Amino acid sequence: MQNPNTLISSAIERRKRISYGFVLLAVGLFIYLLFGLNTQAGVSTTFGLNLAGSQALKVSDLVVPALPVVYAMALIVVFAGAYQLARGVRNTSWLIGILAFTFVVSFLMWAAQDKSFNLTGMLSSSLVRATPIALAALCGVISERSAVINIGIEGIMLMSAQAAVIAASLTGNLYIGLFAALFIGGLVAALHAYLVIRFKVDQVVSGVAINIFGTGVTSFISSRFLQSAGANLNNSGTFPIISIPVLSKIPVLGPVLFENNLVIYLTILLVIVMHIMLFYTPWGLRTRAVGEHPKAADTLGVNVYLTRYVNVILGGVIAGLGGAYFTIGSVGRFDEIMTSGKGFIGLAAMIFGNWNPIGAYTSSLIFGFADSLQVKLQILRVPIPSEFLLMAPYIVTMIILTGVVGRATPPAADGEAYEK
Amino acid sequence: MSNTTAPAPDAGKKEKKRSALAQELLVPVLAVVTGLIVGAIVIAVSGENPFVAYGALFAGSFGTPADFIEGFQIYFSTGETRELVKAIYPFTESLVTATPYIFAGLSVALGFRCGLFNIGAEGQFFIGALTSAFVGYSLKGLPMIVHLPLAILGGALGGALWGTIPGYLKARFGAHEVVNTIMMNWIAFKLSDWLLNGPMKASGFRPVTPNIEPSAELPRFFADPLRFNLGFFIALLVAYLVYWFLFKTTLGFEIRSVGANPDAAKYAGMNIVRNFVLVMFLAGGLAGLAGASQVLGVDHWVGQGFSAGYGFDAIALALLGKSHPLGVVLSALLFGFLRSGATDMQSMARIPIDIISIIQGMVIIFIAAPDIIRWLYRVRAVKKEETVLTRGWGK
Repeated sequence: MQNPNTLISSAIERRKRISYGFVLLAVGLFIYLLFGLNTQAGVSTTFGLNLAGSQALKVSDLVVPALPVVYAMALIVVFAGAYQLARGVRNTSWLIGILAFTFVVSFLMWAAQDKSFNLTGMLSSSLVRATPIALAALCGVISERSAVINIGIEGIMLMSAQAAVIAASLTGNLYIGLFAALFIGGLVAALHAYLVIRFKVDQVVSGVAINIFGTGVTSFISSRFLQSAGANLNNSGTFPIISIPVLSKIPVLGPVLFENNLVIYLTILLVIVMHIMLFYTPWGLRTRAVGEHPKAADTLGVNVYLTRYVNVILGGVIAGLGGAYFTIGSVGRFDEIMTSGKGFIGLAAMIFGNWNPIGAYTSSLIFGFADSLQVKLQILRVPIPSEFLLMAPYIVTMIILTGVVGRATPPAADGEAYEK
Repeated sequence: MSNTTAPAPDAGKKEKKRSALAQELLVPVLAVVTGLIVGAIVIAVSGENPFVAYGALFAGSFGTPADFIEGFQIYFSTGETRELVKAIYPFTESLVTATPYIFAGLSVALGFRCGLFNIGAEGQFFIGALTSAFVGYSLKGLPMIVHLPLAILGGALGGALWGTIPGYLKARFGAHEVVNTIMMNWIAFKLSDWLLNGPMKASGFRPVTPNIEPSAELPRFFADPLRFNLGFFIALLVAYLVYWFLFKTTLGFEIRSVGANPDAAKYAGMNIVRNFVLVMFLAGGLAGLAGASQVLGVDHWVGQGFSAGYGFDAIALALLGKSHPLGVVLSALLFGFLRSGATDMQSMARIPIDIISIIQGMVIIFIAAPDIIRWLYRVRAVKKEETVLTRGWGK
């Protein structure tokens, strides 16, 4: 006799399989109806592969016939849907990948038909726009691995962004600005850590308080001092682009990866370092133990409170780097509420990346892509109101958070105060 | 003999009750005071005199006694109301500012009672304002008795639907409501940008909606410069209704049980999913009412940047009011007076209105960490059950 539990779970599996299949079929039809019927026949889309002013070797642009590609994409999705209905795929993340890929490709074909679209420029700006999101996500990873939720990243980034621009404008030295951003980030995170560890304040509430305080204090300083003093306090300049010799000559990859400024290189470096630190060093093992089972870690002689303080403050320093990106890393001036939700999007990236540095970075790239796509489409004059394009990153965040959170597993003790 | 001893335990109980109430009020009051002190330090550091600034704040929120006396004297001797109106203007204006705060604070408080953190009150407020304005200007020729309730209901429904989306996502998929409500805020801002520049734009250059019909306006009690209107009393009524719903109905008990301990509530046979969705629907509706009260009672149209942070202030407010409707009303009045006075402070003492956000951030921290207040003022703690405010991801 079969176990009733497996019967129930197989019925759930079956229903899930069928619904996935129908979703895929529907998307295939959607691609056909929306993009297929609205793309002119015989027109091609040009994807530019060279970036103006870059040192990379020139290659010829990619010219593809628009309509056949859209049809091909629709067919791929329909085929995947039919296969899913008939047989079922065990790993559904493949299906989501196919879905996203075909949708984006056909969307681009339709949007850029008969026009030229700079693919390299788009990838490059995706990487740039992913940076603050990635830094917020990394801040989340490092503090939540020690079981402290930090929802105040947005506020921390705002305050460090402002500190960076003021310090750099005052001294004329961008590195002092960077240091100020890191310092303020660490300081505010230390306050968060102190509140949630020493006083056992609800972690989410403390984070929200930091956000409200951060918005208030930066807007206050901005309208009290920056606007009146004008260029003296709020004009720092930005870190220059550093081209890495030889590597930046590679077509496409060169301008995307090896012609960036300091903040972006630091971010990539940080992802690698944090991955090694978390998974291959005693410190990482202790951190993860504190996040999963603080009592056990404590019994084995790990200082739970100290570990949490260190991690949350390091996270704040990383968020401070994220704040520095907004001002001295990109525009060289501070505007009120300029982080526009990037801190929260970073938290979604952290969840999507399953609390892993590399996963968090990869998912930040997806958000960065959505963000830069939205900008590029406005330039292409796509017949969609720009306000709707601006919603894209937020909607993508919600979809990802909703679709993934059930499967992602946070550190077991995440968000809980530890009582000795 | 027995006559003299009998009332003693009763009196003792009363005494105890009174001291319990004092204990209950002590931390919030001290938190606000400490927040104001921190604000004063910030003002002093930024190079202004905090006494002058808070003087302007007070005059801007209550009016000055001298003006009151003069206004009444002129009114009684000549019947001329102009000076009197000028004297009571700050006070009524504070009540006007407090009105949306009451609704929005109730919205966040209701969420807290069910263990949900509704940061989306801001977006729900905006959507509610837009939907009530739409009902207000698009329907023409209706009598007030039909049109006004319809416009109010439209605002509540708009906010409620906006709140239901993250509520459903939380209940069904476990997607954290904090991130989703914030995303919904941004989507609401972009959506309203589009609506105000496109479908809902009045003729002219500015991105604003047309004025609502007079039949959809909340009636005002005084002549023009005074904007004090029926909305304030509707807010008080709704606060009572929320109290009655939470503490006197079975559904309210269920909601509070889910908030206190979802696992226990589940074992008791309560439907967690339904409660989450219901609470976010109601919370969104309350925030929508806040938007509706502002449109129908005060502005009569919606423009860009309409909300001015009511939804975010509501978080501090709900925490300060301990998520109890009466507490929410009291702290809404406090915030109404603060915000309304801060506008005067901004123009008279050149202190940016953002000082209020700084004070609020501090108040939230002090309320959430009463130990800091107790440590600062050397107050002894009273043992009582702690309520769980929020939960981690997907829990």
